[in-house]
Amino acid sequence: MILAGVSLGILVVMGLALLSAYLGPTVYDRILAVNMFGTKTVLFIAAYGFLTGRPDFLDIALSYALINFIGVIAALRYVERVYSVEKPGGGADDDTA
Amino acid sequence: MIETLIDIVLLTFLAVTAIVIVRIRSLFAVIMLAGIYSLASAGLFVVLDAVDVAFTEAVVGAGISTVLLLGTLALTGEQRKTTSRHGPLIPLAVVTLTGAVLVWGTWDMPLFGDPGAPAHQHVAPRYIQDSPNEVGVPNMVTSVLASYRGFDTLGEVTVIFTAGVGVLALLGFRRRKPRHPEREKP
Repeated sequence: MILAGVSLGILVVMGLALLSAYLGPTVYDRILAVNMFGTKTVLFIAAYGFLTGRPDFLDIALSYALINFIGVIAALRYVERVYSVEKPGGGADDDTA
Repeated sequence: MIETLIDIVLLTFLAVTAIVIVRIRSLFAVIMLAGIYSLASAGLFVVLDAVDVAFTEAVVGAGISTVLLLGTLALTGEQRKTTSRHGPLIPLAVVTLTGAVLVWGTWDMPLFGDPGAPAHQHVAPRYIQDSPNEVGVPNMVTSVLASYRGFDTLGEVTVIFTAGVGVLALLGFRRRKPRHPEREKP
């Protein structure tokens, strides 16, 4: 019963993260929402494994966290490369350096 | 009961994410939402007991695809361009017709989890009965993928490797001249 409630609560938080990814005005809101959704997926798989009496999926859920981490790192690298150019004086046309 | 509710909620997440991906303009947000879509479908696969498929979905969809799409986005533009010359009615009609045909096609399929389905009658009983002795891997799916269909898996790996080489050749191995010199400063 507790695990069912935990699963439903995690699903509600996943919905909120989805809403944040949709509404988020800035790029960082969306990155944070994706990271949060991935973390909640890990938690959900863990809770669901215990809910159905087979917690064998826990290590797989842990590897999701690593995948999510890689995705967020890639997104942040992209933001660092592209969005830093749009600042004034970013030197975007200084291409011959 | 609780499983059905979880199924409904996860499928709703998938539908909402797909609609938002279609509607939104910023391609960066589309990539982020595609990652969310992949994670949600991975959760759905775990609920469906297909853990290996869920793992592949998370690795490919949320991990590699995000990285590759962001790399593509860094080389191309940020905003989606509208190129449609006609209204939304013709695509809507085509999609509705295709969906109706697909739904019509599912009527001939056996029910979900039906033990009398042809897919469960052909070679699956032999795998279930003999694979612990023949291969010795505890997970039956692994024994099928790595032993019974070993050549098939080898071909898939070759295809994926070739695709990776092709993408890397398109993106370029050489280090480009720095486009943003402010990052090169110490």
